[in-house]
Amino acid sequence: MNGFFDIPSDLQHSWIGLVGLHLREALLPVLAGLVLALPLAQLCVRFRWLYPPVLWVTTVLYAIPSLAFFVVLIDYTGQTELTVMIPLAVYSLVVLVPAIVDGVRSVPPETLAAAEAMGFGPVRRYVQVQLPIAVPAIIAGLRIAVVSSISLVSVGALIGNQGALGNLLTDALFYHRTELAVNSVLTTAVLAILIDGLLVGLRILLTPWMPSGARPKPKADRPDPAAVALEDVSR
Amino acid sequence: MGGYGQPRRVFGVLIRIDSVTKRYPDGTVAVDRLSLEIPDRSITVLVGPSGCGKTTTLRMINRMVEPSEGTILLDGKDIQQQPVNTLRRSMGYVIQNAGLFQHRTIVDNIATVPRMLGWGKDKARSRARELMERVGLDASLAKRYPYQLSGGQQQRVGVARALAADPPVLLMDEPFSAVDPVVRKGLQDELLRIQDELGKTIVFVTHDIDEAVKLGTMVAVMRTGGHLAQFAPPAELLSHPADEFVEDFLGADRGIRRLSFFSSAGLDLLTAPIVAVDATAEQIAARGTGDAPYLLVTDRGGKPLGWGEPRELAADGIRPAELLPYGRPFVAGTDSLRAALDCAVLSPTGWAVAVDAEGRAAGVVSQQAIGEAIRGAHAEGRENGGTTPAKSDTVTKVTG
Repeated sequence: MNGFFDIPSDLQHSWIGLVGLHLREALLPVLAGLVLALPLAQLCVRFRWLYPPVLWVTTVLYAIPSLAFFVVLIDYTGQTELTVMIPLAVYSLVVLVPAIVDGVRSVPPETLAAAEAMGFGPVRRYVQVQLPIAVPAIIAGLRIAVVSSISLVSVGALIGNQGALGNLLTDALFYHRTELAVNSVLTTAVLAILIDGLLVGLRILLTPWMPSGARPKPKADRPDPAAVALEDVSR
Repeated sequence: MGGYGQPRRVFGVLIRIDSVTKRYPDGTVAVDRLSLEIPDRSITVLVGPSGCGKTTTLRMINRMVEPSEGTILLDGKDIQQQPVNTLRRSMGYVIQNAGLFQHRTIVDNIATVPRMLGWGKDKARSRARELMERVGLDASLAKRYPYQLSGGQQQRVGVARALAADPPVLLMDEPFSAVDPVVRKGLQDELLRIQDELGKTIVFVTHDIDEAVKLGTMVAVMRTGGHLAQFAPPAELLSHPADEFVEDFLGADRGIRRLSFFSSAGLDLLTAPIVAVDATAEQIAARGTGDAPYLLVTDRGGKPLGWGEPRELAADGIRPAELLPYGRPFVAGTDSLRAALDCAVLSPTGWAVAVDAEGRAAGVVSQQAIGEAIRGAHAEGRENGGTTPAKSDTVTKVTG
């Protein structure tokens, strides 16, 4: 019983079970973040003064390390999945609010004026015009939120085995089984890549109106993150 | 008229703007006690430099901007008393850069307002396809998305979308400013054609006085600070600018431009100096004794070929390759005096060639004769005084 996919019984899950658990702990918070971010972003678009303080608060929240966040929450929610999911939902919110606000603001003013002149009320305009046009920006935000959420779930292993695939890391140490650590890292990475690919597919499906090849380009004044990372590695 | 406009009284006042002022919280006055009576079934152009309040005025008509003082009546009813979105859906709106919904197909863009008014999907779409044809868009574009269309095509979609629910009023805010001059001319001609068919009440904002003169039944010239400088039919604007501001705004060549409003029908066309290509020397000699120093040679079908000197033609016979070019002809009666003068100026002989609708030579006329016709037309304009605003239906615009 020492195969690559043989999971120690203390985890009470098969490999597939852990994958399902991992996805639930990672994706439900992103969903919750999205549901909260949509109205919040709309408020930020309508009341411009609201956006800077919202951005400030969410950035400060994002700066809290996940482990510290978990430990604070244990007093309230115990060593449960919820303790892992609440911080992840907050992180998703932080990524999604600016993404949606930027996306909604990217709607050309003449399109908005035309909608207003045709008798669209504010709600109809948000749902039927602004959100659909913001879809590419929202999905770009979702991709970041989902990938970071999938990787962060593993940290939950430190608060009472709530880390799903991350729990394999602690077991790898405990049972001296290196292959469990490899399994954990590989499975997490493959999950992240798969879900990311699904989101790209969703984007293509939802936006037949986008010129093909017109991917959102990285801003010229910002260096390519991959290049920076490679530079760091070489130091 | 096309089959869409409901029967309504012709050339009444549809929109009455009554001493309307728009003052912003910071004290800026965009529109200052403006009163305008916008006639039914005609194009009223608001024109002026930037900051003159023309767009603000337009947007007050569909309440995208609310006036600080004054009232606007639509068909006798105060627009403030009507639900804002109902009011807006009863007015088509065309904007610079079209403002299409980039996430909807062309046919769904056009069907937007009918769908909001509760039409079924199929009915709205078939109406949209009908309108695509009316504005000159190929049916194959129906399922495309806006990014796949040129700027001019997008603007046509914008016009079709505004017309979709057959509103009596069309508001157009610099709709053709962002397209190149050739496309713009095409769109303007198309708008005049559509207007001939549908007879909407159109309020059109532009900063381009040529566009205003070309399209407007009535033109309101506005000056910075939201004042009305003059409200008149274009011909009167060109002949009797109210003050120095209007005169400056019209530009230097308003005299020439005004000729666009005089028909070439009154010109005395000479048919004597015209010979067919197969004429005999005797016929040429007989024709060459008139007032014209040159003879216009036509082919057997009567289409002009070029000018030749009577003596040379009689001596050497007619050799079409050696004839002088005749430039561009004007269509007798249909084209304006401006077009006729232009032809005479461009012609190497100083004589303009008039043709009929089929392109056959109808006669020739000298610069001098055109000059006399212009003096006559101007004198007539002065007698009429030009101060009584001509009824919209009596203003006959002559192309060219």
